[in-house]
Amino acid sequence: MLGNALLLALRELRRNVMRSFLTMLGIIIGVAAVIILVTLGGGATRQVTDQIASLGSNLLMINPGKHMGPGQSSGAAPFKLADAEVLARDIPSLVAVAPAASRSMMAILANENWTTAVTGSTEQYFTLNNRKIKEGRAFTANETRVGVAVCVIGETVRAKLFGRQNPIGSHIRLNKLSCEVIGLLEAKGQSTMGTDQDDLVVIPLRTFQRRIAGNEEVSIIQVSVRDGVSTDRVKKDLVRLMRVRRHLAASEEDNFDVMDLKEIAAMLSGTTQVLTSLLGAVAGVSLLVGGIGIMNIMLVSVTERTREIGTRLAIGAMEREVLLQFLVEAVVVSSCGGLIGIILALASSVALAKILNVPFILNMPIIFIAVLFSAAIGVVFGFVPARKAARLDPIEALRHE
Amino acid sequence: MNTPANNSAARSPLIELCGVTKVYGVGIAAMEALRGVDLRIYAGDFVAVMGPSGSGKSTCMNILGCLDTPTTGVYRFQGIEVGRLTRNQRALLRRHYLGFVFQGFNLLNRTSALENVELPLIYRHAHTTERHVTARLALEQVGLTGWEHHTPGELSGGQQQRVAIARAIVTRPVVLLADEPTGNLDSKRSAEIMDLLTSFNRDHGITIIMVTHEPDMAVYAKRTVHFLDGLVATDHTH
Repeated sequence: MLGNALLLALRELRRNVMRSFLTMLGIIIGVAAVIILVTLGGGATRQVTDQIASLGSNLLMINPGKHMGPGQSSGAAPFKLADAEVLARDIPSLVAVAPAASRSMMAILANENWTTAVTGSTEQYFTLNNRKIKEGRAFTANETRVGVAVCVIGETVRAKLFGRQNPIGSHIRLNKLSCEVIGLLEAKGQSTMGTDQDDLVVIPLRTFQRRIAGNEEVSIIQVSVRDGVSTDRVKKDLVRLMRVRRHLAASEEDNFDVMDLKEIAAMLSGTTQVLTSLLGAVAGVSLLVGGIGIMNIMLVSVTERTREIGTRLAIGAMEREVLLQFLVEAVVVSSCGGLIGIILALASSVALAKILNVPFILNMPIIFIAVLFSAAIGVVFGFVPARKAARLDPIEALRHE
Repeated sequence: MNTPANNSAARSPLIELCGVTKVYGVGIAAMEALRGVDLRIYAGDFVAVMGPSGSGKSTCMNILGCLDTPTTGVYRFQGIEVGRLTRNQRALLRRHYLGFVFQGFNLLNRTSALENVELPLIYRHAHTTERHVTARLALEQVGLTGWEHHTPGELSGGQQQRVAIARAIVTRPVVLLADEPTGNLDSKRSAEIMDLLTSFNRDHGITIIMVTHEPDMAVYAKRTVHFLDGLVATDHTH
């Protein structure tokens, strides 16, 4: 019975290839939109979490000023190098502590110049930020303490200043400071926020303070917590210690902020997830509209084919056979639309992921849901027209002009 | 299974209408299309049904074709009381015992002649090869060999009606009901169609009941029944 209905339905669809395709179009676009958005959204979420994981988990960042959101803080007295030293000494569950200060300035090599972010920090900066040295070496603890004029540069800086030359051993100029390039960082690419993570120069903190900033200020302290130790507890210790260091009375609010990267990760991926669901829902509406399109065309088709239905009934088609034929027609149209939509979506997701620079992650559940959903649309929106066709009075139908 | 019981039970009619009435509408709007029709048709007969429009002949054909049921009275087809059957049972009865030919051909457009003829076989759940073979044979019997893959749009009116006849006889029905089969055709094509119907009646023993306006067509039949005002006015065998 179902095989028969399929045969009849397929013959009918072949008879009206153009109309069948146009009917499908709504479903094709709907399914493709849902899958593309969900896939790209999933990729973006993954990118955010990956990037934050690549910063190193268990990472806490201490900024002066009240917390206002990621990257924002209101003015407050900066830290001192001593603050970082006290933290490292008094909190045993910290693996590494890296105070840092940075500013944007021009790096000059002969005729080439490039404005980049110069960061002064300790040798622990590299492990804390998960930065590997591609060529040369990082500066040592000793060089940090002494404050020698050496620097480690990012890939972008190397490309802009050195072109094809080997940078190691050359001297670049930062303001009045001439420093030797001793290392090249491995490229890390764009961050989630779209900033170039390879556009930087890292020099020892002391060198930065003395020769560039001309002060003792530290604008951020990054610490990493030993594995297995609760970051919440360490965070409490940090806050307690910093309050003492900054002479805050019990009634005063913190004038610094301790940020947990995991929290930021959760927040960012939460945001992209919400956006993904929202866009997916909008695309879902278009799928619904596609379904209504099927119903519309099917209703028109029933009216247009009234005589034909009458003929079928006269020939001896039973009510349920006519119902099934129309239902199968709707389901075949919507499922084919779904399948074409999936193929289209996968192809464009791969292409768009490349263009938008997010990873392509095949989301099988959403594809599965799309298939089921498009078939369900056929059943739901095909039912009313199919029942209308099946219930026609054969005499009236045969008389229909 | 489809051969009519025309020898052993020659005296029991294939089709029997007893006091059949059909009323459309209710109350003062009620319209009596049939007012007590008695009619017996035996297997192998070829009946021409005539009468002016509104005489009840179409209503009667609908009842004979099991598309409609009498308001009162009894219609027996091979002894089965059709009025008691459900809509689906009547559909099955049409599928297995009846064939229809319409004035407007009612072929599926943009569908080849072969697929049109296959249609009743699909509803009979025939297998693919059997379906093809039987449908080709039916087309051959109406003289359309070589036209299997033409769609109705590519066929003349006469050819279309022959496809329709092939579709009606492909299941070897007991009764072929034809509603003005030559109504849309010129006289030459009409004669061809009538010859075809006559041959199916003569050679295959298919009982034919045909509504027609034209006395020229009625002469092909063995018997003519005239309807007037919802009643059988005259009934004579040629």
